[in-house]
Amino acid sequence: MSSVRRVWNLISLPLISIVLSVVVGSIVIIASEWLVTNELKPGLAFAAYAALVQGGVGNFNSIVNTLVNTVPLLLGGLSVGLAFKAGLFNIGAQGQFLIGALGAVIVGVELRDAPGVIAMPVSLLAGMLAGAAWGFIPGFLKATSGAHEVVTTIMLNFVAIATLAWAVSGPLDVEGSPSPITLAVGNASLPIILGRNGHLGLVYAPLMALAYGWLLFRTTRGFEIRTAGANPDAARYAGMSPRRIIVGTMMGAGLLAGMAGATELLGVTRHMTASYGTTVGFDAIAVALLGRTSPIGIVLAALLFGAMRSGASAMQIQAGVPAELVGVLQATILFFLVASPVIRRVFRLKGAKSGLEDAGTFTKTYSGEAAIR
Amino acid sequence: MADLINTVYGLPVIGLIVQFVGYSIAVLPDIAPIIFGAAVPIAFAAMCGVMCERSGVVNIGIEGTMLVAAFVGWAAGIFLVPLVGSDPGPVFGASPALVIALVLAILSGVVVSALHAWLSISVRADQIISGTIINIAAFGITGYLNTLLAKSSPTGAGAFTDFVPPDWLIGLPVIGWIFETFLAQGPLAISLVAVVVVFQVFLFRSRWGLRTRSVGEHPRAAETVGIDVIRLRYRNVLLGGGLAAMGGAYLSMEATASFQQGMTAGRGFIGLAAMIVGRWSPLGGFGAALLFASSVGLSQSIRIAPPSGDLGRLLAGLPGQFFDALPYLVTIVVLAGVVGRSIPPAADGQPYEREAAS
Repeated sequence: MSSVRRVWNLISLPLISIVLSVVVGSIVIIASEWLVTNELKPGLAFAAYAALVQGGVGNFNSIVNTLVNTVPLLLGGLSVGLAFKAGLFNIGAQGQFLIGALGAVIVGVELRDAPGVIAMPVSLLAGMLAGAAWGFIPGFLKATSGAHEVVTTIMLNFVAIATLAWAVSGPLDVEGSPSPITLAVGNASLPIILGRNGHLGLVYAPLMALAYGWLLFRTTRGFEIRTAGANPDAARYAGMSPRRIIVGTMMGAGLLAGMAGATELLGVTRHMTASYGTTVGFDAIAVALLGRTSPIGIVLAALLFGAMRSGASAMQIQAGVPAELVGVLQATILFFLVASPVIRRVFRLKGAKSGLEDAGTFTKTYSGEAAIR
Repeated sequence: MADLINTVYGLPVIGLIVQFVGYSIAVLPDIAPIIFGAAVPIAFAAMCGVMCERSGVVNIGIEGTMLVAAFVGWAAGIFLVPLVGSDPGPVFGASPALVIALVLAILSGVVVSALHAWLSISVRADQIISGTIINIAAFGITGYLNTLLAKSSPTGAGAFTDFVPPDWLIGLPVIGWIFETFLAQGPLAISLVAVVVVFQVFLFRSRWGLRTRSVGEHPRAAETVGIDVIRLRYRNVLLGGGLAAMGGAYLSMEATASFQQGMTAGRGFIGLAAMIVGRWSPLGGFGAALLFASSVGLSQSIRIAPPSGDLGRLLAGLPGQFFDALPYLVTIVVLAGVVGRSIPPAADGQPYEREAAS
């Protein structure tokens, strides 16, 4: 098989999914505009996409902005991808992100006057550990009782939102402020290294992608994770402990999502309000699936969605198309990926891989039978 | 005896539990309608879960199905009011616009679940991924359309009003009490009770129920006795979509008269937990939904009328956000305690592939 053919097999399904979702997006834009204003404006779709691209990669500032938006998506995508590899579905990246941001703001505010070389890494580490602790809970519950992580992580997302609202309006609130808000993290902020807002995360997030690839494909632990994901029974037979792998992987996933939250807080917002929220959780699932859980794939998918995020506001302002369209595009990309057996038949792509093949174990463990022998 | 009670009461934990139970029983008549109302969307989600999983299809997309139905019910009202009018009818304040919007909402749930059915039954994709995509797509498309519609700050068709039981009904023994305490509700809440009873009877006493259960346990065997597994699964998932849609419509057409982005707030998932705790039976799922909902009702009543004594002081010290998180915490704890002992249908989540004809 020629190498061109091999690359085509890898990228054809994601590419076709992206193209089809752009088509569906145009239909949604035109149809919804017609529904609301009774005017048929086919040009609106082009205007919207032009503004989207312009806002995403049009000039230096928007490219830096795209990179900044990419960082949490990349780290979140790695979090979801790591869990995927072990046959676990981490829908809890959102909660781990929020708790990671909370951990970072607690320590960051405490250390706001300490020297940056100490304050910044310690705050970041605090966020990562907080995320790992939040990831430990569903891992532990699955390993001991078999409660499926899809339900428990979603519940924990809501608990995280409430915890954060409590912390910001209670112990962390600045006295005398009109609405709940924390102090700024001061010296614990990530330094700006590129353009107006390109923070240090632009350097270490790609390094985490390298570490992810190294862990999964170059270490014994990674081999165990992949084996447990592909075939839990084989892993058990080979003397691995699925319990330990589940708890460890969920903690690793939490660590990465917590790092995403801490990075966003220390590098972008630098303080926290009670309504601090994120869509990184859902987006991270899309990134991991589109990137087929491979490190390079996740980087590319995160760049794509990062550009869409930073172009979305330009699209809303210039073309009047709501920024939420990005969510629609994301979901349709995923839809076509999941429907890949059909896409493969329609476009006659025999060898194309969807990347979801190694993600076929979620439903098997759904009803808790992997309450793990 | 009094000494004994004082001794027991002096033990802090037991004392608190006794106080809590006493307080719960005391406020129960007041908060019963709140609990019931909070249970309605959760219970509808659980019914959808039972319907799908009894025939062997895992449906994580209930949350998204409910969200779409909630949106369609509200948005359709906006378009229908100028067309068919919004004069409230004699029962439930049901205007023509409201009734048609409700039908459309339920249909939208059926359409969304048809997508899940196609992906999980025909395409044989991983059912949890398929359901998750339904959720992401529902969140995206409702958010997009909501922003688009909200630009002109439209007026909707309003909401169904609660049923006011007439005096002769309240006068009846037992039935009167049930209506007065629980069923002074809107049409969707009342129909939930009918759905639970009918579904329970049909699932365990009818030909369709037997077929559904056999397809969920052993589809191959079911096929050999002439049951069309694929068709039955499609039908059940579509029916389930309609049930989930009723739960979603309840949120935007009965509990409130508006739509907010993400207003289902995890109720679809709590419904799945209720289904598991209720051992995949309609009645059990309904009971578990009431259990989860009671944490909502109790936390509301604790805020409005806090109990006296040690318990009151303890609860007053807890932040309000603790009570926001309570339903989710209860769900996690109950699920972790029950799930290993609650056995799902044997073929739950397994795609069915027909053997090639020879």
